[in-house]
Amino acid sequence: MKRRNFLKYTSAGVLIPSLAGGIGAKAFGLSPLTSALFNVPENDKVVVLIYLAGGNDGLNTVVPLDQLSKLNNVRPHVIMPESSLLRLEGTQVALHPAMKGFKNLFEEDRLQIIQSVGYPNQNYSHFRSTDIWMSGSDADTLVNSGLPGRYLNYEFPNYPVEYPNTEMPDPLAIELGWNSSLLFQGPSASMGMVINNADDFYGLVGGEVEPAPDTNAGDKIEYVRLIAQQSQVYGQVIKEAAARVPSQGTYPETDLSQQLKIVAKLIAGGLKTKLFLVTLGGFDTHEGQVMQGDNTKGVHAELLKTLSDGVEAFMKDCDGLGVSDKVMGLTFSEFGRRIISNASKGTDHGAAAPQFLFGNFVNSTVLGVNPDIPSNANYESNLDMQFDFRQVYASIFEKWLCVNSSDTTGIILKNMETLPITNYDVCSSTSTHEINQLAGKSMLHISPNPVSSFTNINFESDGTPVVIRLFDIQGRQLGELLRGSFPMGKHNFDWNASSLPSGNYFIRITGAKFDQSKKLIKI
Amino acid sequence: MPMNPERGNPMRDAFLQKMRLKYNVEDPVLGFGNSNFREQENPVFDPEFMTLDKYSGPWETSQMVHLIRRLKFGVTIDDLHFFENLSMDQSVDILLTAEPVPAPPVNDYNNGSDIFDEEVPFGTTWVNAGPSQDYEGERVMSLKRWWVENMLTQGNSITEKMLLFWHNHLVTEWFGVFFATSSYQYMDTLRKHHLGNFKDLIKDITIDISMLYYLNGASNHKDAPDENYARELQELFTIGKGPNSKYTEEDVRAAARVLTGWTVTWPEREMIFDIYRHDLHDKQFSDFYNNTVIKGRSGMDGKAELDDLMDMIFANDETALFICRKIYSFFVYPKIDDEIEENIIKPLAELLRESNFVVKPVLEKLFKSQHFYDINIKGSIIKDPVNQLIGMWRTLKPPLPQDMGPFEYGELKSSMIWSMHNIGMQIGDPPNVAGWPAYYQTPIFDKGWITTNTITARAIHSDSIVYWGFWSPSAQIPADLVAFADSLDDPGDPNKLLKQITLLFYGVEVSETVLNRFKYILISGQAQDYYWTNAWFAYKADPSNAFNKKTVEDRLKWTMQRVLQLAEQYLM
Repeated sequence: MKRRNFLKYTSAGVLIPSLAGGIGAKAFGLSPLTSALFNVPENDKVVVLIYLAGGNDGLNTVVPLDQLSKLNNVRPHVIMPESSLLRLEGTQVALHPAMKGFKNLFEEDRLQIIQSVGYPNQNYSHFRSTDIWMSGSDADTLVNSGLPGRYLNYEFPNYPVEYPNTEMPDPLAIELGWNSSLLFQGPSASMGMVINNADDFYGLVGGEVEPAPDTNAGDKIEYVRLIAQQSQVYGQVIKEAAARVPSQGTYPETDLSQQLKIVAKLIAGGLKTKLFLVTLGGFDTHEGQVMQGDNTKGVHAELLKTLSDGVEAFMKDCDGLGVSDKVMGLTFSEFGRRIISNASKGTDHGAAAPQFLFGNFVNSTVLGVNPDIPSNANYESNLDMQFDFRQVYASIFEKWLCVNSSDTTGIILKNMETLPITNYDVCSSTSTHEINQLAGKSMLHISPNPVSSFTNINFESDGTPVVIRLFDIQGRQLGELLRGSFPMGKHNFDWNASSLPSGNYFIRITGAKFDQSKKLIKI
Repeated sequence: MPMNPERGNPMRDAFLQKMRLKYNVEDPVLGFGNSNFREQENPVFDPEFMTLDKYSGPWETSQMVHLIRRLKFGVTIDDLHFFENLSMDQSVDILLTAEPVPAPPVNDYNNGSDIFDEEVPFGTTWVNAGPSQDYEGERVMSLKRWWVENMLTQGNSITEKMLLFWHNHLVTEWFGVFFATSSYQYMDTLRKHHLGNFKDLIKDITIDISMLYYLNGASNHKDAPDENYARELQELFTIGKGPNSKYTEEDVRAAARVLTGWTVTWPEREMIFDIYRHDLHDKQFSDFYNNTVIKGRSGMDGKAELDDLMDMIFANDETALFICRKIYSFFVYPKIDDEIEENIIKPLAELLRESNFVVKPVLEKLFKSQHFYDINIKGSIIKDPVNQLIGMWRTLKPPLPQDMGPFEYGELKSSMIWSMHNIGMQIGDPPNVAGWPAYYQTPIFDKGWITTNTITARAIHSDSIVYWGFWSPSAQIPADLVAFADSLDDPGDPNKLLKQITLLFYGVEVSETVLNRFKYILISGQAQDYYWTNAWFAYKADPSNAFNKKTVEDRLKWTMQRVLQLAEQYLM
């Protein structure tokens, strides 16, 4: 059998040098006045989520300088010498010595640090705490959708019926890497890109794919992959977007950087995709977090270097590609680590930890105060949260994605105070929210909504049996309103909601070919 | 009689229209007419294994699972456990034992409103009720559901797969014939001979009522012979179209004349030999058949001419060669090159002749051969829709809702039937008398199952089973992935769990890299395996805890979605 050529990733092929740093907001000397000139249409704004899997040790990432003596006491196995730390001018904190990239971004006024982010009643299980961060639930409730997924459902309520369309020709969200998570799960449909498998996806953007075996079976595998790639509803737009960006800046050879490079490529290629998720794993540093003999080196240092170099390269690349004004990024991790260190030169699962936001429009400061390290810290001691992670989401929705503040609660599932994450009012330009509401085809209309007692439910049938059900905001089914076959076309019925407690709900219509949820507000 | 599928039948058309609406039927375009197809590359086989000599290599999970996957629909954990301590001889012998004959299909379609077949009470069989004025369509669907049920509940036997093989080889179209009782008898005939005598099978199928309708044998008359069946009998059922198949047009005509007399009565629809329709003249065949003359006989003696015809056709070397090629294509690898013809097909054909056309020894030889266990055979066929959907269903075993009655269960099976239709295969109704093109159409063969349409539909099947539930009109039925994982050998160990899951679903073994990617999803990007182990045992310690359950269930969903969409899952 003849040898086949496989798509191979070649990072060495990038030749165009990236523009020198400092092209960001600071370099342009942006003031509130000039910022208006740089305002981008809202639909072009992008959020890049970076998941630091495993629970990042916040105290060795953003070091509270006024707590150093106490930290020396309680975490002797991992503490780094003060002289090695990267102080941030005008603040009480220093970054881990490996985070030169983040220090640069901070000096360019495009990095924000939010201290001690978490949620009440911290859960110490990776899985559960990850699900809490992704779904935005309280520690003691189960929510079946992802918080960003609910935002996408709010913005594009008709998805996926008659998508893609001219208003939104691109995937709403893209998850890079081999992940699969709750993050982009909407109340019913998955709002993220359905990737038949990641090999197909990487094939589209010219990445590396797992070689098929050189056997009869391998021949069939390649064929199936080829067809799978062609079948991608978004395959063509992604391929075209990727093709529009023939050259990019230089990135480190890390997996995270290669993921970010694809994100930059797709943004610069013109995708209107709102949310991207990339992942960096390995933060679960119970042992060997730092190297024997030099606490500034080791696994954690490598990870933070990967993160900060990767993000810096990404921002520079975006500068060179002219899209950095569109981007806001944030890091999150399921929890921080314990205050005290352990004898295996590591740290155990903890609670609150800092979050980073980056982008040309972030308010480049440190939000919150330094954590107060108890001098008698023991194995039970954890950092108290200063900010709820859902405040960060709420702030991004309102101040970056320009969601109407009265709508945020429905997405967050709780009323959350926002934080000053941007320096400029980026939400003054014309809203595309109304356009997004009409993209695709709505199979369900509820009127009146909000409802106090009776409401009329108008639905469309394609001739196949449909079922209309009521769900609470957590995704639990509360009842079935209608089930049956109806002739093709529009139908309606009245429904009495008076026995329903006031609050937010979803009415969900499911047919053989579609599944759509609409929010119902009971007053 | 409006039975031929080429002719209009308003009852049938109305019934099918109803099905289309109810089950969301979309006729998929398969890849055969597409000029962009990629040609099948010539298969590569191990020369050392290019023999029917008995396989003598290691008998391990890899070989065992290959055997099961090719002889059954999908592989279940119970299958693994059943076969794990058996030798190759024992395994093949068991698999080549016919399943018990199932009870006939019953009325599972009376719905209490617009569908009411009063001749047949709900839950009783319709196969003896005679033709139905209004409910043939319902009965045909009932027969298909019965077949699906037999496939879903198949034992450790090749029976169900052989029935699909014979159905594809000796095609009738049930919606075309639109007489369910005859199609049931047709299936019964296939079953009766499925591991037995090929010659007896051909003889019986020649005078099967549904075949007499389907290929116009019922209209064959001495004054106006209809050659349709006589042609397909030679071209598609016995002699085939091999390079040495040189029967002539005269042979077709002569065979048609031999077969005059065999017909179906109206309105009783019984098969008879009508002596007044039978051609009494001698029938002269070409030198391809050694100039055989089948002596014309009168009265009921005319029936014996059918035996003469069978003797003549089966005496020709091509018949054994042809059926052995079909068996090989179906069970081993679609394309047959010169080496396979020489080393595998010819000896198998010789064996078939020696065994007086009993197929079981041929199957036994093949499934115990070195060649069958050549690593290049494993995973080299793209699953047809039945292997895909029924196989996945058997492996995952989604639990049925407790309140699901037989009618609703029937609707679920109908939904499976039309879902398989949507990915290219309507069981009981191959597209034409030659069967499904993916089994025979050069050069693309089984690649024809996969188009941008069908691959999306396949992914939707697997996604729906993983997430929101496989669609049927009365209920959406998701797999219980936690119960599925729990049924496996070592669900707490993410490596062993994923190894076994991919073993069950994939035609080939996947690399550590791929397994690690799945594990990455299963353990949410964490570095330590024990986070899954802990989560799993936390669930096991308290299954009623919704948090614990959701933690493992979500991760199994995310992982299984990817597992089921990988190209390797489409292979067998």
